[in-house]
Amino acid sequence: MDNISVLIVDDSSVMRKIVERSLRQAGIDLSQVFEAGNGLEALAVLNERKVNLVLCDINMPAMDGLEFVKQLPKVENARGIPVVMITTEGSEGHVVQALSAGARGYIRKPFTSDQVKEHIVPVLAGNQ
Amino acid sequence: MNNHKAEMDPAVQREYWSPLLELSTQEVFALMLGERLDISPAPPCISDLDVTSMVGLAGSLCGLLTLRCSSTSAVLMAIKMLGTDATSAKGQMEDAVGEVCNMIAGNFKNKISGFGDTCKLSVPTVITGSNYNLCTLADDYTMEINLRFHENPLVISLQLNR
Repeated sequence: MDNISVLIVDDSSVMRKIVERSLRQAGIDLSQVFEAGNGLEALAVLNERKVNLVLCDINMPAMDGLEFVKQLPKVENARGIPVVMITTEGSEGHVVQALSAGARGYIRKPFTSDQVKEHIVPVLAGNQ
Repeated sequence: MNNHKAEMDPAVQREYWSPLLELSTQEVFALMLGERLDISPAPPCISDLDVTSMVGLAGSLCGLLTLRCSSTSAVLMAIKMLGTDATSAKGQMEDAVGEVCNMIAGNFKNKISGFGDTCKLSVPTVITGSNYNLCTLADDYTMEINLRFHENPLVISLQLNR
């Protein structure tokens, strides 16, 4: 997994750093890392930048992760980009909602870098 | 089994919750900080707890989860989560404690049967300082777990409405 550009969307800057570190520990070679604090900021980033992967929290101010996933097809740059939710909302209902809205994977917090690898690598492989 | 528990009397259900809340807390510290918490034999001195993080619960489970600790513990959490030094971690202390509290609340909610889909979590709020009174209307039921993180006190409380 080389030269992957990723957008990490979480209202916690600490969590964004942890997610980035976990991706690197999972052996994913990140060429660029973009960050956003909520869904609205993420859409603005994707209007300007092309990325290979989006990792997104659900509970965020301004625009939550589920709404962000629903809005994503409207952004030309973002069509087909896989989104994996990474969130404390781990119920079956939330997973179904996220996958129905277009997310390609779901990681529950707290997580290990092995879990990140297990969920992200197949998603990236399927998109190459 | 799970459905049976969800249909049980709330007071009976809550007997199971204290160990689940402790487990939820231990898991967050183990997975995200690489740390294990010790059980404290006695409640701490309140003035030692100058950082408070809160996450609200609304819906089928209504109340407030709080994490209280010292600023020393809060900075240490940021150091462990970010893998950085104390100087860099100080500015991230509130964010780190808020996220830990958020993960404990979510992890706990996911462990108790029948509430995952019908209980919503708020984004975390963090208070620094110990000279305040916290008044919540969710005071029908309270559980409190006294822990120690690197010899510093850490208290997890869950206050619920009936």
